[in-house]
Amino acid sequence: MSGFWVMLRREMAMAWGRGGGPLLALTFFVATATLLPLAVGASPARLAAVAPGSAWLALALASLLSLERLFERDYEDGTLDLLALGPVPLEAVAFAKGLAQWLTNGAPLALAAPVVAVALGAELRLVPLIFISALIGGLGLAFTGGIGAALSLGSKRGGVLIAVLVLPLFAPPVIFGAGAIEAFAGGLDWHPALGLLSAYGLAAAALGPFAMAAACRNALS
Amino acid sequence: MQNLAIIRGERLLFQGLNLSVRAGEAVALTGANGSGKTSLLRAIAGLILPHAGNMKFEGPAGALEPEDARSQGVHLLGHQDGFKATRTAWEELLFQVLWTGGTEASARAASAQLDLDRLAGLEVRKLSAGQRRRLALARLVASPRSLWLLDEPMAPLDTARRAVFGDLMAEHLAGGGMIIAAVHDALPIAARAFDLSSLVGLTQ
Repeated sequence: MSGFWVMLRREMAMAWGRGGGPLLALTFFVATATLLPLAVGASPARLAAVAPGSAWLALALASLLSLERLFERDYEDGTLDLLALGPVPLEAVAFAKGLAQWLTNGAPLALAAPVVAVALGAELRLVPLIFISALIGGLGLAFTGGIGAALSLGSKRGGVLIAVLVLPLFAPPVIFGAGAIEAFAGGLDWHPALGLLSAYGLAAAALGPFAMAAACRNALS
Repeated sequence: MQNLAIIRGERLLFQGLNLSVRAGEAVALTGANGSGKTSLLRAIAGLILPHAGNMKFEGPAGALEPEDARSQGVHLLGHQDGFKATRTAWEELLFQVLWTGGTEASARAASAQLDLDRLAGLEVRKLSAGQRRRLALARLVASPRSLWLLDEPMAPLDTARRAVFGDLMAEHLAGGGMIIAAVHDALPIAARAFDLSSLVGLTQ
């Protein structure tokens, strides 16, 4: 599987290197969360009630940002031709890209999510669960987002198209992720929601690469 | 390749194409713009599906699965070289070489052979068209794949580099390699000419 590692290393290096890398998504995440008190009012009680859910919403939006670059640049500059002729199938390439997307965007966002939620007034005891749910949810967001990115290849204004394609797919992780935190905060059983969130992330990581590879082949031909 | 036909969009580019290339042989594809040279190369590489006909690959040990042949034995160098503008020449070359089955040592050797060492630390966007092309050729030399599919490989090269490139191709052929190149100018090596224009419009 040395081809897979070569691919993963390159994707990681490029994700950190290009255009500010995860900083862009992080800044967007924080900025969106900062707008919330301005929109709903700064009353601490009201903010605290919506803090975890809003953090999740901002998280989903922030993970959209770098999706456009996931396949589009490789498609435009001919790298995708080279990747299609590589030692591992395009499915493995897509998996490496999704994984790199998760590690370089999802993981930093997951680290920032509890900070943002607490800044908005979430209770401190929620911090571990917010981090865990954002990390697991990020897996689903990276791989379902990758499908949208691959499907939009070759279209003008791919970024907007990706958002339209992908946001409906982001509904389940937002429901389960915010739901788990809500349940925990209310003293209810939060395990089912976290279980469903994990199932969604794993299913996306398992099936997403096939859809991404098929979309890439379609774009190349 | 037997009885190959390719349709792009609504247009039949060619049909009834028969071509076989043996080890040590070079084929120069010619034909007017739009006659299907690039499409043929991409079809051989498996990037587009032919409308009709079939392709067979054979290795020293007999018939090969097309997927295996393409993932281990085919180099495609098209109009776009796949280099990222903001990464250094060496980073990009090394990735392409490792990806296509070469090693770091072979990448270094190829870089020296194509006189690229001076450029290694530069970002790709600072290279001229000819320098970029040399970087792309270094990948062909550094990772051992027997079939080279080249799309107008010489266009950006100056006279001296064309001669160097001719030597590289001759060396590749002498080692049992194969070359199919879409060209407008003659290749600097002995090559069998294959004119796609003669196949165009057979049904129209």
